[in-house]
Amino acid sequence: MEKLRRAMMFVPGNNPGMLQNAGIYKADTVIFDVEDSVLVSEKDAARQLVHNAIKYIKYPCEVAVRINHITTPYGRDDLAAILPAKPDLIRLPKAETAEEIREIDEIISEAEMKNGFSQGSIKMMAAIETAKGLMKAYDIASASPRMVALAIGAEDFLADLKTTRSSHGNELFAARSQILLAARAAEIQAIDTVFSNVNDEDGFIAETTRIKELGFDGKSVINPRQIKLLYKIFTPTEKEIDLAERVLAAYEEAKAKNSGVIALNGKMIDVPVVTRAERVISYAIALGLRKGGQ
Amino acid sequence: MLNKAGRDIPSVIPGFKEVKLYNGPFAANPTGRVVGPKITVNKPRSEKILKSIDQAIEATGLKSGMTISFHHHFRNGDYVLNMVVEAIARKGIRDITLAASSLTSTHDAIIPYIEQGVITAIETSGGRGKLGELFTSGKFLKKPVLIRSHGGRARAIEAGEVVIDVAFIGAPACDTYGNINGIEGKSACGSMGYAMCDAAYADQVVAITDHLVPHPLYPISIPQTNVDFIVEVEAIGDPKGIASGALRISKDPKELIIAEYASSVIEYSGYFKNDYSLQLGSGGASLAAAQFIKEKMIAQGIVGSFGVGGITAPFVEMLDQGLFKTLFDVQDFDIPSIDSLRNNPNHLEMSASYYANPHNRGPIVNKLDVVILSATEVDVDFNVNVITNSNGVIMGASGGHCDTAAGAGLSIVVAPLLRGRLPMVLDKVHTIVTPGETVDVIVTERGVAVNPNRKDVFENLKQANIPLMSIEELQQIAYDLTGKPESIPVTDEIVGVVEYRDGTILDVIRKPV
Repeated sequence: MEKLRRAMMFVPGNNPGMLQNAGIYKADTVIFDVEDSVLVSEKDAARQLVHNAIKYIKYPCEVAVRINHITTPYGRDDLAAILPAKPDLIRLPKAETAEEIREIDEIISEAEMKNGFSQGSIKMMAAIETAKGLMKAYDIASASPRMVALAIGAEDFLADLKTTRSSHGNELFAARSQILLAARAAEIQAIDTVFSNVNDEDGFIAETTRIKELGFDGKSVINPRQIKLLYKIFTPTEKEIDLAERVLAAYEEAKAKNSGVIALNGKMIDVPVVTRAERVISYAIALGLRKGGQ
Repeated sequence: MLNKAGRDIPSVIPGFKEVKLYNGPFAANPTGRVVGPKITVNKPRSEKILKSIDQAIEATGLKSGMTISFHHHFRNGDYVLNMVVEAIARKGIRDITLAASSLTSTHDAIIPYIEQGVITAIETSGGRGKLGELFTSGKFLKKPVLIRSHGGRARAIEAGEVVIDVAFIGAPACDTYGNINGIEGKSACGSMGYAMCDAAYADQVVAITDHLVPHPLYPISIPQTNVDFIVEVEAIGDPKGIASGALRISKDPKELIIAEYASSVIEYSGYFKNDYSLQLGSGGASLAAAQFIKEKMIAQGIVGSFGVGGITAPFVEMLDQGLFKTLFDVQDFDIPSIDSLRNNPNHLEMSASYYANPHNRGPIVNKLDVVILSATEVDVDFNVNVITNSNGVIMGASGGHCDTAAGAGLSIVVAPLLRGRLPMVLDKVHTIVTPGETVDVIVTERGVAVNPNRKDVFENLKQANIPLMSIEELQQIAYDLTGKPESIPVTDEIVGVVEYRDGTILDVIRKPV
């Protein structure tokens, strides 16, 4: 089944206490940040800390690192320091072209070779944070087989758009839709932006409900308290889980019998129905509502 | 000599007549009789009100070598203890044993009087800040500080092991004939639970009040029949230090995770059903757990029988919402709890003896189903330390920890697995306050361990979506991150004695090197 990335939690890369505890909050992915949350004067220290955290702490989830953009003076140094620790995923901010993705891909390939990691084992994702990047969203999403997700970074994007964030989110509707389409066309995941007012639970719930309806696979979060709220929204109902189980059982049965047409309760089951059912079951397993491993 | 908890206790401890070794939580078979105060007479129309604390000290005949007591319901806002000790010192009285139900950092003010020999022995629940450091230094006091739990203190008073010559009782409201309650007046503290035992058993009782009212005051927490003298003063405490406003539910994500696991433990333990009873600590994780438990009770339509404590606002909310039928209250921590005790007839005040004394005919802790307790450190035998810090210095208080753990059907201890760079699950805790055989579940942010003697609970918790593991696995997670800590080097000098609630010696605190 597909790797779930419902909650991708940012953790400042220069905070040892937070790095140490990052694994306990049940985020699907932790993203150690050496970009915007780290002052220029602390970039080198943060890289070392993140390197050591990945190397020595066992995290029960996917570990990603958000590096500085590859065209800044820090991006290549970030990769050089962090790749030998073998993060699961590198997140590029402010992506604007497919070339950047391919450039990082090559650096990762070299590091994999040099460190004896299996080729392609370190994945990538990119965040679109400018109008220019949005125009190239599909190219970026499909630039490398390492790409597993495309995200939107709203704060920079809206500044670029010359507007600000509202409670209804209309200003982001076009970008979110476009990113979702690009990600789906490239067959990767779509991840929504952070909701920065951690004390506004109602606002967070409203926005997360909206992006789930749009089709997003998950959302970046900046506080562990947002994770539980997010998972509640991504929780399938018992009825949905039950139906999904029956769909998958019928599908397996038909496969075993080599039967071409699959039906459940007189309704035809086709591939999208099976895919949807698999997704529901992944959520159910991740939430402990059903047994099973990912 | 090793006691049943595996602690090496010397056969002779300076200042202690007899060293009785802890031999298991319910091993003691008490004999003898409950003691009583001196018989006295109060003739009609005689006057109890005196002009000053000095005059009260004279009237009681307090002399060098005697024992005085105080209650700690005013917490960090207490003025009474410091005022009285200062007055005693002025009178040239020396060699006093201070038997306060607990001490807080506001009582650092008495340190000069300890140094001068006014106070030479201390029996209490614990010590913090500079006082704790002073206890640990072994300087000035004639004998090690004696640490008792709240239930153990009530027992010791009733058994005559603590003979209180004069109890000084801070009285938020007191009438002209000595009836006292804690729910009125500018220094209202709520329950007077700890003071009730002192008042009933001390040879002489002095009420010190800043809210003197005409007789009769009611409701009555401590009756006129116990009170010898009354002194009115300007202020007995600082309301800001006595009770906080409603405590805010923790926003610390780590505490919230611990609280969530603790509430899941309760939910799946087998104890979570109608008419269950609950006690909560006043720590952050405990209070946060209250919120989750409340949600689960509402969702599952569960109504509890009673709550016990140390009462805080979350408990009061549950009482108001009908989630618990009654609260038994020995102490209040915030203004909503004090208001509730005043206004809600189902919110009941109780004495420390009713709360937790193991040698009466039935403390409420014996009827308790579930308690959530916090810990400074725990060990692989489930022993809990809440009194000494990672340098071996006294910095906490025993409180009702071992009482409720022994009494409750399910005792849950919540603690972070790591504090900074230090692991909190050790091979051996530095000081045992609560023996491991009375602790059932340890909940941390990285895992939940069940005492192997509670296989029933372990089986039940398999259904809960929590990281269940052995205590050794939990320890390993911590050690993998921090390495194994070295034990704290100590001298042979004993600076503290931890008495178990039954009067036996559970552990001693040795002076760190």
